[in-house]
Amino acid sequence: MQTELETAMLNVELGDALTYNVKPLLHEIRHALAKLLNDEGPTVIDLRSLPLAPGEEEKLLNTLGHGEVHASLNALGPTEVVETGYPGVWVVRHYNTDREVIGKFIEVCDIPDLLRSQQDDIREGLEQLQSELA
Amino acid sequence: MSKDETLGEALRRQGVTRRGFLKFCAATASMMALPPSMVPVIAAALESARRPSVIWLSFQECTGCTESLTRSHSPTVEGLIFDSISLDYHHTLQAASGSAAEAARETAMEENHGKYILVVDGSIPTDNPGYSTIAGISNRDMLEDAAKGAAAIVSVGTCAAFGGIPAAKPNPTGAVSVSDLVHDKPIINVPGCPPIPVVITGVLAHYLTFGTIPELDDLKRPKAYYGKSIHDRCYRRPFYDKGLFAETFDDEGARKGWCLYKLGCKGPTTYNACATVKWNEGTSFPIESGHPCLGCSEPGFWDGGSFYRAISTPTEDLSKAAVYAVGAGAVAGVALGAMNRAKKQKSVDAHEKVTIDDLDKEK
Amino acid sequence: MTETEFLLWVRGPALQIATIVFVLGIVVRILQMVMLGRKANLAEARGSALAGGLRTMVTRSVPDRGTFQRSTFTIVSGYIFHIGLFVTIFLYAPHILLIDEVFGVSWPALPTPVVDATAVVTIIALLAVLIHRIKDPVMRFLSGFSDYLVWLVTFLPLFTGYIAFHRIGLSPPMLIALHILSVELLMVVFPFTKLMHTFSLFIARYYNGAIAGYKGVQS
Repeated sequence: MQTELETAMLNVELGDALTYNVKPLLHEIRHALAKLLNDEGPTVIDLRSLPLAPGEEEKLLNTLGHGEVHASLNALGPTEVVETGYPGVWVVRHYNTDREVIGKFIEVCDIPDLLRSQQDDIREGLEQLQSELA
Repeated sequence: MSKDETLGEALRRQGVTRRGFLKFCAATASMMALPPSMVPVIAAALESARRPSVIWLSFQECTGCTESLTRSHSPTVEGLIFDSISLDYHHTLQAASGSAAEAARETAMEENHGKYILVVDGSIPTDNPGYSTIAGISNRDMLEDAAKGAAAIVSVGTCAAFGGIPAAKPNPTGAVSVSDLVHDKPIINVPGCPPIPVVITGVLAHYLTFGTIPELDDLKRPKAYYGKSIHDRCYRRPFYDKGLFAETFDDEGARKGWCLYKLGCKGPTTYNACATVKWNEGTSFPIESGHPCLGCSEPGFWDGGSFYRAISTPTEDLSKAAVYAVGAGAVAGVALGAMNRAKKQKSVDAHEKVTIDDLDKEK
Repeated sequence: MTETEFLLWVRGPALQIATIVFVLGIVVRILQMVMLGRKANLAEARGSALAGGLRTMVTRSVPDRGTFQRSTFTIVSGYIFHIGLFVTIFLYAPHILLIDEVFGVSWPALPTPVVDATAVVTIIALLAVLIHRIKDPVMRFLSGFSDYLVWLVTFLPLFTGYIAFHRIGLSPPMLIALHILSVELLMVVFPFTKLMHTFSLFIARYYNGAIAGYKGVQS
């Protein structure tokens, strides 16, 4: 049960007025988690497609927090994958080799696709190993 | 790079893993303002996409659009898109010059006739062809020649899309937009002064991925980026709705991030993606930095009234007109009033007294 | 002509023309009224004409009991839409900016949602007034072309302003341009119709009060 104060703290203050993107986004994540549990598949939210006020993204991500998993991969530049304090809610940040942001997503799934090894790559790796052992 | 290999093959050859390719598709989907659910579709399309030839012509422009696009030097998504197209001619970026460069352009146009994408930045002068030429060829001739074999034309920047700053009053060179001269080819306008880099590459990525032109609005701008006004996506909108405005650039309201309507923001009448996609990889955009929107992706924005006067204010001086009207009105009013009084006096003078005889007449 | 050019024309030359016609027309009409003058009252003054006139200009704003009972609907709906027009025109931030630009004076605005709600109430009141005018037999008998025209040029700025703010129907630049154009239409029509009551009502009240005050009776 959330008190008025907690609700107010979730909304970022801009001067005297409050902007209200954080709570609806958290609700969207809540719905996505329910869907995931119901075997209705994963949900991906593109953070860069939303008109967030300055500070709202930070507030949202701080609310989600950090969980047990932090993975970094290097494919066409670094990508950081973090499971938030809510299992099943992952934050994926894509960077290019210049450390510029090229994608920011919240993925509600049991594991982001990008962390899985891909069939094509496995096949190539097998061929390579076979030629090494030959 | 071979022109016949698909994009998927080209990336694989560059050592990009499937995982890398998926990351590329996710970033491309984001760049094209498509939902993440489209990633598998994009992946499938990009795998088999062929690399189109692109010819880039620069006319009366400041090179800001090219600058906006080439801010990245290493493999970003934009960079990869550019590597995956065959940029056969770009006279600012290419190493060749002179007749060799022009020969390269002509060869590319011939070899890919009917299939290449023509990208244009800058407006075209029509008053005197000599105002802007490349290798002695006037802009107008070069455009009309190149347009003949193009599959589609992308007008990058407000100059190419609508005329831009050269076409602002008094338009000394007779500058016109690409759409004013070419009528028989599909044209995509990507306006902005400059356009957001990701919008330029997003349009090219769309063509690359799907082989079609994205959905356009009535000014031929892709709806994915230009479908909503800045006002409708602005994070300061709650302040507008509540009537909280910054009065000057450094007052309390400005520092609190209130709406910039009073400072001349053209957000309500401007369509662009600045409020969501933002600039410098999502860092910020003019309003977030405290400056009112100029309306730079709209036709005629240079002549649209001062950048620092609100949309609700008149663009011409009214007080002079009003003063003259009062003067003229006073003269006319006094004259008409005098005429009325004279008429009244006349009717009083002409008033006939009724006598008993008049009443008797009724008998 | 593109939308931007149309909006610029409406904000520029068209507004200048409308202002000239508006100001010139009002000055001419007022001067004509005042210059016709009144018949000199040759009796001795029993009270102050000036005081009576000024007082009546204010007190007539409250209708007397008999009039109110006879025409309740007209008076109530009339007050609602007049006050509503005052709020939406003079207490809305972008309009105050316009006035500041032209006259150099400004004052605090009401919060925009309040003005928005007032606009809705005013639109309803204006529609009610029109329906009453058409359905009531006396009103219908008395109403002519000019009356309906006046209603239309008053309604249009309010309606176009509302849809421009809410961005309904056409593109925003077009909606704003139509809103400003509708105001210019109002300005051009103003001096030649009963809209002149805006100024003449005060002159009429003054005359009535002055005559009564001169005679030393209540007005």
